[in-house]
Amino acid sequence: MVLLMILIAPLLGGVISLLFRKDVRIAWISVATNAFVLGVSIWLAFHVVTRGVVLGAGGFLRADALSAFMVIVIGAISLMASWLGISTMAHEVASNPNQRAHSATYGVLVQLFIVAMVLAVLAANVAVMWVAVEATTVVTTFLVGHRRTKGALEASWKYIVICSVGIALAFFGTVLVYLCALRVGGHSAAALNWTSLVSVARHLNPSVMRLGFGLVVLGYGTKVGLVPMHSWLPDAHSQAPAPISALMSGVLITVAFYAILRFKAIVDLAVGPNFSRTLLVIVALLSLALAASLLITQHDYKRMLAYHSIEHMGLIALGAAAGIPLAIAAVLLHILGHGLAKSILFLASGEIMAAEGTTEISEVHALLERRPILGGVFGVGLIALLGLPPFSLFSSELLMARAEFQVGLGWAAVASIVAMVIIFFAVVGHARHMLLGANVSDEVLDKPPNWVSGPLVSGLVILALIGVLAWPLSSLLSAAAHVVTP
Amino acid sequence: MIGSSFYSMLSLAVGSVLVCAIIAIWVSSTRLLIRVLAAQGFALGIVALVLGVHERDLSLMATAVVVLAIKGVFMPLMLAKVGSRSLTNLEPKPLVNIPASLAGSAVLIVLAFGSSRVITTFVNTPIGALAPVGVATLLIGFFVLVARRKPVFQMVGLMLVDNGIDLVAFLCSAGVPFLIELGVSLDVLLAVVVLMVLAQRLASEFGDLDVGDLRELHD
Repeated sequence: MVLLMILIAPLLGGVISLLFRKDVRIAWISVATNAFVLGVSIWLAFHVVTRGVVLGAGGFLRADALSAFMVIVIGAISLMASWLGISTMAHEVASNPNQRAHSATYGVLVQLFIVAMVLAVLAANVAVMWVAVEATTVVTTFLVGHRRTKGALEASWKYIVICSVGIALAFFGTVLVYLCALRVGGHSAAALNWTSLVSVARHLNPSVMRLGFGLVVLGYGTKVGLVPMHSWLPDAHSQAPAPISALMSGVLITVAFYAILRFKAIVDLAVGPNFSRTLLVIVALLSLALAASLLITQHDYKRMLAYHSIEHMGLIALGAAAGIPLAIAAVLLHILGHGLAKSILFLASGEIMAAEGTTEISEVHALLERRPILGGVFGVGLIALLGLPPFSLFSSELLMARAEFQVGLGWAAVASIVAMVIIFFAVVGHARHMLLGANVSDEVLDKPPNWVSGPLVSGLVILALIGVLAWPLSSLLSAAAHVVTP
Repeated sequence: MIGSSFYSMLSLAVGSVLVCAIIAIWVSSTRLLIRVLAAQGFALGIVALVLGVHERDLSLMATAVVVLAIKGVFMPLMLAKVGSRSLTNLEPKPLVNIPASLAGSAVLIVLAFGSSRVITTFVNTPIGALAPVGVATLLIGFFVLVARRKPVFQMVGLMLVDNGIDLVAFLCSAGVPFLIELGVSLDVLLAVVVLMVLAQRLASEFGDLDVGDLRELHD
């Protein structure tokens, strides 16, 4: 019942805001339903950690600690994105009154997008999870192309073509896993339930499982933005409206990674941990290398944030490669920290773009002096994203590296640290250009209203608090990590 | 026991799926291409139907009906709508020319048979032995995606990939459970609708579009 509520609430918000679209204030209803999702998911997490798994809709939905954690991430970022989305849409309608009709469809699509992500993490069946992840592609394509400029259309075309191919490969992988499960006597309807796959995992045919998992990593890896199927990501994340970039970069890519984690648990039981480890280390290091090399020469601050996502997905993949509970707990903490920091940065970048009218790094100067709040949020957000204390990304990166050393992946950890150092200097260089410098003109600049800056600032405070006191999360993280580790 | 007429009917339908994929590489007219795609969807539906009747599997027969309706009729009709809106009917300058593409597809077919040995030895049935045809269709779909530049061709490439995977699923496990197949088909259908709308917006923005001209975004 609870699970069904979490699933239906965002949808309800979307439908109500469509029905009463004449009144612009109605968009707040979506914010309210997303806040509701966040609230219920926190309750769900407590419940799951203390009392165990929750089932819903006749076993169709299932929440263990890992799912509950992911719903919290989705809820938190959806809340921020839909809140700031009201400001984004207001900027848009102000610059072009014809956009009002589009902004109603925008509101509904965002809510559908959130529902699809929630379904992906709550589905008991890995094929339903696949359907949900594919649905996110379908829904977000129009959101990426929302501005209907040439660039936005091009980005959405590349996005849907590349992601559809990727997700088709993930489906092929799922079919192969299904074949193996049928052979060991799974009853056909339930054979693709994750729990039944785990229970028969030791008897699944190893060579077919290897092939299947390779396809799953390649396929869902496309949506995660891992090399070699990453090429859509910088285009889509930079062209989409800021709240969509925040949702895609903050949660969607990690929802896809969640799918990989679920399959990894099965394949590790079937063929031992070395196979998935090797595969993940390769894609992780390639992604880190690519992100580092392209961040150095970046000229567009939204693309800079997008390549930063590829870096962080590389780090997460490397952490998952280590595979021990400590590593997975750190990966999950990193998913939350990166999600919050990245969505705050994309949302702030949307406000900067609306104010400055450009996404070129070279054309933005002295933000700290001219727009102290936006510049400050952007700067502090980058500090968090680069993994400096007190923010939680610092602790999660440290924990991941420690776990990697423990399992003998120290060399890969060192390589990842080298990439992070390169990225650190590249991003600091770009940020210095944007944030510092003297204010040449004496123009009086309007500062964003409190209801816009409020969520951004409080998001950063929460991020720092999580970094300092991991207390409320630690039991959830370790419970979630044990779900997908033997 | 496998009746020989059943098996030859099945082989014929499976073979037609691959032949359609090869013709898709060969043709350069969008109208013809869409007919080939419809034929392939139809052949795929027949594969499911023959298997369903043979194994008296009601859910597989239902799947067959869904596949016939969506892949044999509905999607080609929609693609034809997009195709008729583009100014010219021909693929202007494919990245890889047709003879080279055909040679490439021969290589892909060999590759498919080699690489799907893991699957065929695992399944180990005469029906499962046909599975490499699905993998070959999938690889040819990839090839079309990379080597052809009109939006309609890219959409067809995607569908070839999808049909190939479906074929493997039918031949190896009598398909995935019906409800899942329904969900998957619905998703793919929606994706094609989205692609179609997008192709029309692209056409109105960029004129008669060549995907190779999409060069606004780069580093």
